[in-house]
Amino acid sequence: MIRYACRRLFQAIPLLLIVSALVFGLLHAVPGGPLAVFLANPNVRPQDIERLRHALGLDRPLWAQYLAWLAAFVRGDWGFSYADGRPVLARIVERLPATLELISASLVLGAAIALPVGILGAVRRHGWFDRITTALAFAGISLPVFWLGLVLQLLFAVTLAWLPSSGRASFGGGDLIDRVEHLVLPATVLALVHAAAWSRYLRASMAGVLEQPFITAARARGVPPSALLLRHALRNAIVPVLTIVMLDAAIMVSGAVVTESVFAWPGVGSLFTEALGRRDYTVLMAFLMLSSSAVVVLNLAADLFYRALDPRIEL
Amino acid sequence: MAVADLRTPGSRVAGVLGRRGRIPAAVLVALLLVAAAAPIVAPRSPEALDLANRRAAPSLTHWFGTDELGRDVLTRVLYGARVTLAVGLLSALVAAAAGVTVGAIGGYAGGWVDAVLMRVTDAALTVPRLPLLMIASAVLNPSVPVLIVVVGLAGWMETARLVRAEFLTAKPRAFVEAARAAGSSAPRVIVHHLLPIAAPSIAVSMTLAVGRGMLLESAMSFFGVGVQPPTPSWGNMLYQAQTTMSSQPWLALFPGACIFATALCINLLGDSLSQTTT
Repeated sequence: MIRYACRRLFQAIPLLLIVSALVFGLLHAVPGGPLAVFLANPNVRPQDIERLRHALGLDRPLWAQYLAWLAAFVRGDWGFSYADGRPVLARIVERLPATLELISASLVLGAAIALPVGILGAVRRHGWFDRITTALAFAGISLPVFWLGLVLQLLFAVTLAWLPSSGRASFGGGDLIDRVEHLVLPATVLALVHAAAWSRYLRASMAGVLEQPFITAARARGVPPSALLLRHALRNAIVPVLTIVMLDAAIMVSGAVVTESVFAWPGVGSLFTEALGRRDYTVLMAFLMLSSSAVVVLNLAADLFYRALDPRIEL
Repeated sequence: MAVADLRTPGSRVAGVLGRRGRIPAAVLVALLLVAAAAPIVAPRSPEALDLANRRAAPSLTHWFGTDELGRDVLTRVLYGARVTLAVGLLSALVAAAAGVTVGAIGGYAGGWVDAVLMRVTDAALTVPRLPLLMIASAVLNPSVPVLIVVVGLAGWMETARLVRAEFLTAKPRAFVEAARAAGSSAPRVIVHHLLPIAAPSIAVSMTLAVGRGMLLESAMSFFGVGVQPPTPSWGNMLYQAQTTMSSQPWLALFPGACIFATALCINLLGDSLSQTTT
């Protein structure tokens, strides 16, 4: 198990190297490079740009810049934000709690929706509940996240005025209830799309397990229906779904970019869109490396988890 | 197969679409026709300004209302359909072409070629798609054709894995061996014997890629890095509408509802296809 984990982590290194080289090349392919914003500014003289280019090391060949970046990156020196001159790492660290809060809330909410829907759908397959939730799940998968966000904002924050429309807390702090009120809309938006998919996976997995002979045997032994469903069937059916949930948690970082921007949630996702608008290359690079690493780590975690829950699986 | 061949082409199409696939397919065809005929059916020109009638709510003269420059939203939704659907459909073609090529080479060649190609596929799957596309688009400032290629190239990985898996299972089978023994070249075996086996799953993954390409274009345009104004796309209409969402909700509701309805039809069609073909 540990040897397997080490091998997988080792394999991830070339993967992340390819990713970083690709993104680095892309970012520096733009005419003017990271200094393109200054080129359009009439107050910045050409000699200032030259000086800045030299100071930032942008006049060196691309491969040398990449190696310098890589050497610094692995040492934990992620460079400075072009936007405000502060260390990139500090900017990300201060935004990380908000994003983690949003993603965990979405995971919990998504699971709370998908679990009952998936189980009941599998028990009464093709019944009215299953038909309605199947239709809703298809709707959920097809919803553009940004539009769902706008519509919920309009409905619950503007028209009904039940919930705040944006931000993480009211001005000047705010107590727990205030924080939760701010969390509801963005977490719902991020959760719904995934909950739709999870409920479908769970329904399929559960339906497969319910046809197994050991379920019939348990029923014949007189195991009560609730225990039959939860202790016997769900325990087996949930394993593949849980791995999908873990993989989706990594994908949620991308979803957070959209959701956080719509709701002005001060997390890493909105840091990304701010950085994109200002061509803040060091921040963009760090964001992509961080989210790619999250995918790699959660992929591995999902595999190990799968193995731990189901000993029949060979790695 | 003999029974199937006796049926009319129409009934065969209906059979592939499945009972649940017919309505979404009909809606999508209707949408494509309306989008193609936009210059004929649209009530006015997409860039015609009506400054006396700015930000007008939906009415009989402007069914979907007008935007901040007095342009007719229904007209812009119709013209936006052309751009958004074109990006969805053509980017799926690009993705399929790239994915089938990589998957076919990897699955047929095997060995280190396959290993290298699959590592690259894994790497490409590791990068979050939307942020990468947003960066690429911000850097390249693409026209619509370039955007189609960029979105397409971000979606080849799933098809590549699928085709490779189909090739790996089909390659050891007798008819493939027979074709090779009869002296067929590798490209001939791939095109005539292996690709037809993989065709159904390629079709399903292409259908889903159309929806994904459309949603990606919309999301990118929503952030202002996709299709650039004044060319209307459903996504960039939302980008312009989001700031005035509370006072002029129709500007955002109609284009968004179009994206949703189209994506829903594509997903239903894909689901139905995957059940009838496999």
